[in-house]
Amino acid sequence: MTISISCRGLGKTYHSRSGDVRALEPVDLEVKPGEFLVLIGPSGCGKTTLMRIIGGLQSASEGTLKLTTGPDGRDTVGFVFQQSNLLPWMTIEDNVALPLRLRHIGKQERRERAVELCNKVGLAGFERRWPRELSGGMQQRAAIARALADDPALLLMDEPFGALDALTRTRLNSELERLWMASGATVVLVTHSISEAVMLADRIVVMSARPGRIRSITQVPFERPRPVSLEGTAEFQAIASELRAQLDQTA
Amino acid sequence: MTRLQKSLPGIVSVTGSFIIWEAYCRLSGMPALILPAPTQILAVFFDVMSERSTFYHLSITLWEILAGFSIATVAGVFLGWLIYVSPIIQRALHPFIVASQVVPKVALVPLFVLWFGFGPASKIIVAAVIAFFPVMVNTHLGLRSVEDGHKDVFKALRANPFQRIMLLQIPSALPAILAGMEMAIVLATIGAVVGEYLGGSEGLGYLAVATMNAFQTDRLFVLIILLTLIGFSLFIVIATLRRMLTAWHSVD
Ligand SMILES: Nc1ncnc2c1ncn2[C@@H]1O[C@H](COP(=O)(O)OP(=O)(O)OP(=O)(O)O)[C@@H](O)[C@H]1O
Ligand SMILES: [Mg+2]
Repeated sequence: MTISISCRGLGKTYHSRSGDVRALEPVDLEVKPGEFLVLIGPSGCGKTTLMRIIGGLQSASEGTLKLTTGPDGRDTVGFVFQQSNLLPWMTIEDNVALPLRLRHIGKQERRERAVELCNKVGLAGFERRWPRELSGGMQQRAAIARALADDPALLLMDEPFGALDALTRTRLNSELERLWMASGATVVLVTHSISEAVMLADRIVVMSARPGRIRSITQVPFERPRPVSLEGTAEFQAIASELRAQLDQTA
Repeated sequence: MTRLQKSLPGIVSVTGSFIIWEAYCRLSGMPALILPAPTQILAVFFDVMSERSTFYHLSITLWEILAGFSIATVAGVFLGWLIYVSPIIQRALHPFIVASQVVPKVALVPLFVLWFGFGPASKIIVAAVIAFFPVMVNTHLGLRSVEDGHKDVFKALRANPFQRIMLLQIPSALPAILAGMEMAIVLATIGAVVGEYLGGSEGLGYLAVATMNAFQTDRLFVLIILLTLIGFSLFIVIATLRRMLTAWHSVD
């Protein structure tokens, strides 16, 4: 259930009435099947743009993108957007199960899966609520559950934990690692948190400020699953401060 | 404040004006032909309501309103959707849409009577033509208000066009469509009654004109009350429907 991604010279210029915006300089990037890749970089450097191109939501101005499916041919994509984008006219349960509904999965199975996922993201008991009845962080968790509902072969997550407190964030990081290890999906995740990046990533891509380009790629050597205590180790801190230095230079 | 306390000023003002009206009729010697007293209207109300013909005319008018409203809703939603999905059709229809708004539609009633006869058909068409516009405009507006973020969700999940219509476009546009239908039911009532004024021999509108010609002013008042009640009840039905169907949308 995996997808590999190959970007060759992917660039993006937005054309708007007030002029052109160069959002992304040509990017070369290979993501291996089943890899957990984290994108990090200053605000406005084109992370969302790159994710949207990979997810097929918009086209690149130049370059080529190739997604190669694994032997089972699964090509489902789960997308967690920077905003939760829940549908306000559906209950949390129906929102979470939307990907299954679009694939004509039966009501009973959808319900069971939604309840299971709500449990995983800490929303048990909120299945029948409207999105507007949930806090921002809870809505974001529901959006994460929705992205996971259809066992995606590729999971694209744009600052999925941005609206969460540190404790919930840590808990969901571990949950995500566990889910990812069980599914073998390829993950691309955007974050502004250096420690989250080091905690989760196989490789970390640092992007530089506008127009975005890849500044460095860091391999994270730690074994999995990674315990929370890893953050206290010297190796972890060494990688984190190296990344911080890289980001300082880009800003 | 309790409910009673909140509605008290309204109750007082309405009761008060009825008392003044009654007193004025009794003290001024105003002929009942011009302005009948409320108590007189009330007495005639029960007379009128006990006549079978009243309900015959009422059912005709109700049928015209509902048929015109239904045509307006279906046509309005369909055309609103059509001009949303096709800019070419929108540009092609634009002159007609503007024209249909600028023409005082009531002026078209004699023409419709000429074309579609003195029966209910011409009234249904008048009602539909008058009521159709807000449904179409609101449908178009509602569809255009589909959020980009929600479109992204359906695109990322590769939903087919039918799923987009059913699960994204219709629910997004529903609050606006229902608001348009609320206006449409009021306009359809006006359309049907005006149509009856100008031609035919059935319906409460026709009855009102006949009563006026017979100088039965008290009966005319009763008919006005009946028409008001019809319009009000139909509006309440649609408003309730709107609240039920868009429960997710409310903010309280
Ligand atoms: N639809 C658009 N039209 C015009 N310019 C855009 C559009 N979307 C993004 N941009 C521009 O492209 C650049 C990159 O935007 P993008 O959203 O990819 O940044 P980002 O790295 O995700 O930032 P953040 O961390 O704040 O989310 C920005 O300068 C932005 O102004
Ligand atoms: Mg972004």
